[in-house]
Amino acid sequence: MSTTTAETTYSPAAETLASVLAPAARPPRPSAWSASMTFGWRAMLKIKHVPEQLFDVTAFPIMMTLMFTYLFGGALAGSPTEYLQFLLPGIMVTSVVMITMYTGVEVNKDIEKGVFDRFRTLPIWRPSTMVGYLLGDVLRYFMASTVILLIGLLLGFRPQGGLTGVALGIALLLVFSFAFSWVWTMFGLLMRNEKSVMGVSMLVMMPLTFLSNVYVDPSTMPGWLQVFVNASPISHLVTSVRSLMGGTPDVGEITWVLVSSAVLVAVFGTLTMRLYNRK
Amino acid sequence: MSEPAIHTSGLVKVFGDTRAVDGLDLSVPAGAVYGVLGPNGAGKTTAVRMLATLLRPDGGEATVFGHDVVREADAVRSRVSLTGQYASVDEEMTGSENLVLLARLLGHRKPAARERAAELLEAFGLTEAAGRQVKTYSGGMRRRIDIAASILNTPDLLFLDEPTTGLDPRSRNQVWDIVRVVVAHGTTVLLTTQYLEEADRLAQRIAVIDHGRVIAEGTPGELKSSVGSGSVHVRLRDASARPEAARLLAETLDTPVHLEADPVALTARVTGAGDESAQAARALGRLAEAGIVVDDFSLGQPSLDEVFLALTDHPATPEEAAA
Repeated sequence: MSTTTAETTYSPAAETLASVLAPAARPPRPSAWSASMTFGWRAMLKIKHVPEQLFDVTAFPIMMTLMFTYLFGGALAGSPTEYLQFLLPGIMVTSVVMITMYTGVEVNKDIEKGVFDRFRTLPIWRPSTMVGYLLGDVLRYFMASTVILLIGLLLGFRPQGGLTGVALGIALLLVFSFAFSWVWTMFGLLMRNEKSVMGVSMLVMMPLTFLSNVYVDPSTMPGWLQVFVNASPISHLVTSVRSLMGGTPDVGEITWVLVSSAVLVAVFGTLTMRLYNRK
Repeated sequence: MSEPAIHTSGLVKVFGDTRAVDGLDLSVPAGAVYGVLGPNGAGKTTAVRMLATLLRPDGGEATVFGHDVVREADAVRSRVSLTGQYASVDEEMTGSENLVLLARLLGHRKPAARERAAELLEAFGLTEAAGRQVKTYSGGMRRRIDIAASILNTPDLLFLDEPTTGLDPRSRNQVWDIVRVVVAHGTTVLLTTQYLEEADRLAQRIAVIDHGRVIAEGTPGELKSSVGSGSVHVRLRDASARPEAARLLAETLDTPVHLEADPVALTARVTGAGDESAQAARALGRLAEAGIVVDDFSLGQPSLDEVFLALTDHPATPEEAAA
């Protein structure tokens, strides 16, 4: 076996070791962008080595789409196909935003490992480790969105906005999800173990996604609930994505989403980095 | 006199009620192996983590090559690297991917990073295992990939936190050989260990720490002579003669005699200044006169175990307490 041979035959040869220590000039430190991309590459490698983690971004969205289309379709819109025109952008938002919480779990699992100590002693742009994570996650969000779009098209979803509208809708969703993920990186660093991260995530995500305009028109809800639902960032996001996919972009709502994304990054990114430096 | 690699004064770190590091004063000269020796929980890892900018001190000051570890953390980071107690590499990635990742993060471009990774894997005897996930590596291989990662940019100061804990003797010897080469090349090494032998074999200077402070500091030789001049170790052929042998040694040397766990072995301190060998010879002569057969004897400096026991009034490790 290779393990055994490598173990028994290795004896450190002083000259060989000394030669790799030769003080070649240290390269200049990488730019913030380059360091972040390198950590993004790490996230890709993780997907390569642990492909099971893609289960969340494939099976879960498929289940969500099928379940709600056929569960509510007949009752709410007369037929599943008609309901799908309304539901699909919303279910895409729900699924992807739900998946963001795995970011926190991953960060929490990783931070306990020795490799984080090494990253934290490197002379690099500090947030790049976290940004790298999120870049990898954005790829996962993109995969989930694509899966949902394909299954939607298969079931009869016919977006009026065409390819451009759909692409812009997904792009907006990815921007918001990237920003929203900073909430989870913060919790991932804050919480003691992955179970508590999961617990908090569910507590936030369940009401946030259900109490929104994803499944039904808020005008059918009691007044006090409408206030809550209309203020929910998920509702704003769903309205924006729907408008883009439907070919009638709602500039006001889209602006709202972009501004809140910037605010999320500013607030939770800062909190995350503070925790990261203190850890 | 060149500036010290590490200087700390009154360094403190508190976790809840525990003062993990409690007024640590260290001065580590550049270009050598400096051993930080202490039992589990003495504060070694906490101290290293503060020096490597991973933990913020709660009090006192620490500089690495003149840079403050808090205010100038970035300057410190560009000159040090750390091999932690647990593998500081990503276990899910392959050995090669780990090194390429770090090389990229240290600013190497892609082709250069691959080249650097390959030459390190070669030098550390890991070429065959390069494409395997690190979690499939043996303990010794893991340690080597870890050290390889730490010297990727040939740091000026390398922290090795208990580098041989849990390794088999062969792998431990490999790590020692690597450390010697790294130091010969000009890197300062701060090595923490709970193995007295390890500090003795590798370090030019040693700080013995207990309860978060330095309780003794010096070269291994100085530490030993501060405790006593030496000990005579005797092994008898017949265990039944030991009580008589102990009585005779105690009488001749006028020091307490320690009965080892081995039923035929005894140790006694020799206190004479300059005439230790004469005293030891006299003691052995008395044993011969009494007809007690000695299979083996030696006169040596006290071991660091004895040093630790003498300095702290408690044994260095539970295993030694049982002995």
